[in-house]
Amino acid sequence: MAAHAEDSENTLEAALEELRIHYDEGEHGVELVEVAGGWQILTRPEYTEAIERAQLAARPQRLSAAALETLAIIAYRQPIGRAEIEEIRGVGAGAILKSLHERGLIDVVGRGEGLGRPLLYGTTGSFLEQFALRHLEELPRADELAIALRAPRHATPTGAAAPAKDNGEAPPRAD
Amino acid sequence: MDDVTMRPGSVAVAEQAASEVFIVELAEYSGPLDLLLTLIRDEQIDIYDIPIARIAEQFLARISSLKLDEAADYLEMAARLVRIKAQMLLPRREGEDVWEDPRAELVRRLLEYQQVKEVVDVLEKRSEERRSRFARAYTQAAVQLPVAGPLTISLPELLSAVDRVLRLARKPHVHDVVPRALDVDGAIGIVRALLAIRANAQWKDILPRKAEPWEVLSLLLALLELAKRGELRLMQPRAFAAFEITRDSSSEAA
Repeated sequence: MAAHAEDSENTLEAALEELRIHYDEGEHGVELVEVAGGWQILTRPEYTEAIERAQLAARPQRLSAAALETLAIIAYRQPIGRAEIEEIRGVGAGAILKSLHERGLIDVVGRGEGLGRPLLYGTTGSFLEQFALRHLEELPRADELAIALRAPRHATPTGAAAPAKDNGEAPPRAD
Repeated sequence: MDDVTMRPGSVAVAEQAASEVFIVELAEYSGPLDLLLTLIRDEQIDIYDIPIARIAEQFLARISSLKLDEAADYLEMAARLVRIKAQMLLPRREGEDVWEDPRAELVRRLLEYQQVKEVVDVLEKRSEERRSRFARAYTQAAVQLPVAGPLTISLPELLSAVDRVLRLARKPHVHDVVPRALDVDGAIGIVRALLAIRANAQWKDILPRKAEPWEVLSLLLALLELAKRGELRLMQPRAFAAFEITRDSSSEAA
């Protein structure tokens, strides 16, 4: 049974590879791209303008800087509640969370332990797709930033926790 | 800063601003931390040794010039800066070994936020790249819109809106369309001529190099037409393979 599954997986990979080469060598307008744990047939970037001119499809709207920041925090620290997101950004996040949810980029993935059992958010498959990621580990510097963004508070190993050390514990100037 | 902390009126407004209805989002700054980071960068200040008094002053000046002094999030940061400034001024005993820098928490948050901004840069590039590609059978994600109540709008309002739209609307682009009729008969001739000398052929054999779209379409229609008339057969050995054109000898015999 397992051997059979492996077998069909190999066949599938071979077929995908064949299709990918076919699209590339035949100079087709589309290409096969691995994304979000699957494969997708996408038009090539050089045809974007032509496609838009012909009004066959339109580019999705850009996300605002605030929305991208919120999304980045959720991506690295999921599952995460609203209060934590707001603490990191220093701004209310309600409206942004709502719009990210509407765009299918985040979803409620559970409830926290704390007071009022807050909703916890995580990113969706659609997030991976829209940021051309194969999986979450492909996020830039996932391991490095995970320390900074995922570690529990007050456990930052670097100078961030004790900035005073940097000027040799000199009493601060009253500027 | 007295200006900010002493005015009860503005605090009331700020509380209101904390609710979801009122969102302050500037194109320039995405929040108080962003504004603070910008100030630190502009002034080329060491983030580990922030001159709090100077930064607090500039922060307050900036939010009042941007009319942000009524937004809760910015106001909260202003209050925090003023508090840190006060803590820094408290006298400390000489040789006191455990002194916690009142700026530590702020620095930690600034560094954390800076990292978020770095990630955002990368995400932005990726999404920009992805935005320029369309998936097969692209469908806009369905958004469930809340049911809106009846619209109240007066006729003059509507007319002035129409007027604005008309003024904004660009003049239509007029194209000259050159008719380029398909030449199916000509293409039939080409296919027949080729099949007269060889029994089978492939699509690339009959298609001229750098064929125009109308040539491609003509040839395709010619092939289909000839297949219908029984003069040739079209075969595709497997999915995505090039199809083969074979002379249909059975009809020739007939």
